[in-house]
Amino acid sequence: MLEIRNLHVSIEDKKILNGLNLTVHDGEVAAIMGPNGSGKSTLSYVIAGKPDYDIHDGEILLDGENVLEMDPDARAAAGIFLAFQYPLEIPGVATMTFLKAAMQAQRKARGEEELSTAEFMKRVRDQAGHLGIPQDMLKRGLNVGFSGGEKKRMEILQMALLEPKFCILDETDSGLDIDALKVVSEGVNRLRAKDRSFLVITHYQRLLNYIVPDTVHVMAHGQVVKSGGKELALELEANGYADYKTLAA
Amino acid sequence: MSDVTPIRTPAENALIAAFPAARKSLPGNAHVIALREAAFNRFEAKGLPHRRVEEWKYTDLRTALRDALPLADALNVADAAALAQSDSCLSSGDAFAELDAHRVVIVNGHFVPSLSSVNAQGVTVNDLAEALSTGAGIDALGTMAKADDSALALNAAFMQGGVVIDIAKGASVDKPIYLRFIVMGQEARAIYPRVLVTVGEGAAVTLIEAHQGGDGIAYQTNAVVEIKAGAKSHIQHIRLNAHGDAAIDLSSLGTDLGEAAEFKSMNFVMRPALARHQVFARFSGEHIKLDVSGAALLKGKQHADSTLYVDHAMPHGESRELFKHVIDDEAVGVFQGKIVVQPIAQKTDGRMMSQAILLSDDATMYNKPELEIFADDVACGHGATCGALDDDLLFYLRARGLPKPEAEALMLAAFIGEALEKIENDSVREALEAQTQAWLLARAVK
Ligand SMILES: Nc1ncnc2c1ncn2[C@@H]1O[C@H](COP(=O)(O)OP(=O)(O)OP(=O)(O)O)[C@@H](O)[C@H]1O
Ligand SMILES: [Mg+2]
Repeated sequence: MLEIRNLHVSIEDKKILNGLNLTVHDGEVAAIMGPNGSGKSTLSYVIAGKPDYDIHDGEILLDGENVLEMDPDARAAAGIFLAFQYPLEIPGVATMTFLKAAMQAQRKARGEEELSTAEFMKRVRDQAGHLGIPQDMLKRGLNVGFSGGEKKRMEILQMALLEPKFCILDETDSGLDIDALKVVSEGVNRLRAKDRSFLVITHYQRLLNYIVPDTVHVMAHGQVVKSGGKELALELEANGYADYKTLAA
Repeated sequence: MSDVTPIRTPAENALIAAFPAARKSLPGNAHVIALREAAFNRFEAKGLPHRRVEEWKYTDLRTALRDALPLADALNVADAAALAQSDSCLSSGDAFAELDAHRVVIVNGHFVPSLSSVNAQGVTVNDLAEALSTGAGIDALGTMAKADDSALALNAAFMQGGVVIDIAKGASVDKPIYLRFIVMGQEARAIYPRVLVTVGEGAAVTLIEAHQGGDGIAYQTNAVVEIKAGAKSHIQHIRLNAHGDAAIDLSSLGTDLGEAAEFKSMNFVMRPALARHQVFARFSGEHIKLDVSGAALLKGKQHADSTLYVDHAMPHGESRELFKHVIDDEAVGVFQGKIVVQPIAQKTDGRMMSQAILLSDDATMYNKPELEIFADDVACGHGATCGALDDDLLFYLRARGLPKPEAEALMLAAFIGEALEKIENDSVREALEAQTQAWLLARAVK
């Protein structure tokens, strides 16, 4: 599904990713853990195509195709989705309007037919229902005045509607209360499929009790410094990152 | 500022030369002639405004008006009806074509009854040219705006026609009154329309103005609309400036507000090469609510200036100003807002905001808010923002699959939408949203 080879990235002359390698297979849920500032969000932005970064070396292949040449919207149409660590507020753009524009734009880019308004409404109602998002929230400006947890649910709603094949969740669990964590995790688990993979960035092992990963990767100093199964998350929870901080330095 | 009169420009000379003949041919009884002369003398003394005249700092008419054009001929009614059949301007390009409204059509500064139809209880519409001759119903003419402004003076000197509208006390006009100003003809002309509206006590009305003319013709318009708002009246005024792309358009709105009047006015600028819209609002009673807003979508070498003069002359007044500019290419936006709070105008609540989005490195926005507060118990504030579209927001939208032009269009529509939200009439607001979308679409495919 996704293969990252020897990725070197800097921003404003600050080197952040240092030859990162990572492979996520079809249908796999890969978790990334790592200390603050190790470059996890940077990695997610670079995969999604945020323009601020200098990419010095390396490749990101989605099903064999290098996405580094593609605009962010083309990457989205190709199936990459990033649930932002800090979702943005867009005043004046009603959530519904935005959802429809995004869905239609992706369909158009893929040469698919437009969704009828009725079908669109049905899908939104269904998914919003699953995630406990009230209808009146969808009429408000996108994320405007939403609580931290509401914004995160909104990201998952977008993910569910856009049906991407590679989903990146950047600390989707932070800011969620215990019930919301379950709702959001169930939302993610519903989407798990043979042809859909996930990169789940988190600081807390607890999320991984709900979204059980196939692999866990530890990131430090802009590299993946250790990979393992789900037991690695438990080990980190117990021991912290002390070993890895020195390891890559 | 120096007292030395600068050398007259060709346009000034032409205007001065044109006045004696115009004075004789333009409509007006002795009182109106005196009014024209007084106005002309004011203009002659000051000349065209230029950058050292503070109110015109960013819109130098001495430079912009290279020559004064001959006045558009008086139309006879039969001509207008014939033109209506032939001229594409009349048959197309009406932003409010679908609007259910009372229509008043003014072609080249002249009221055209045969194209107009107003049939509403409590509303009378009369030809201004006739009223100028008879003197009927024009006592308030020229009383509502700051007298020493040169654009106003020029209109008073050369006004050709227009309408006088009277809304009876307590009348609640069922549909908007739609004033459609059309500039016709292939020759560039000067056009000076004038409108006087008196809204009786407790009356409610929506007034819409749309201005349009052919592209590529460097005509000049100078329109003045005066609105006398009776006590407790409720007025919504929306002006669409869709003049031709080579036009120079000066426009003034003067309003005198009675006690507890509520007045909302919005000016929406799309096409003309140069547009200057000035609003003069006087609070003549207590507990008045004024809301003045503007939105401009500018590209190429367009220049659009919005200048306000809000005079809080009575206590407990509220004023809100919101101006939004989207500026592409080498276009220039100007916002000048002067709010004066007189010593007796305690408990005045004034808030002014100007926001601009610059879409190109060569785009320019000038903001000049001015508060002159002589009362001590007031809440007044102003703010201005100016910058490019937010890159992070743009990325967020693009990461959801919206191509850059669409993502930008969505953000710009939302930006302009915050001003359009003030329009209470759904069809009017939707018509302007459609204009906005058309502009954004043209930009997206550019
Ligand atoms: N625009 C920028 N300019 C300079 N440094 C930046 C910029 N953006 C990020 N960084 C730096 O890059 C490093 C990696 O940041 P990143 O957000 O990727 O970390 P993270 O692993 O997601 O951390 P956290 O767990 O706190 O979310 C940090 O040291 C951060 O300060
Ligand atoms: Mg992060």
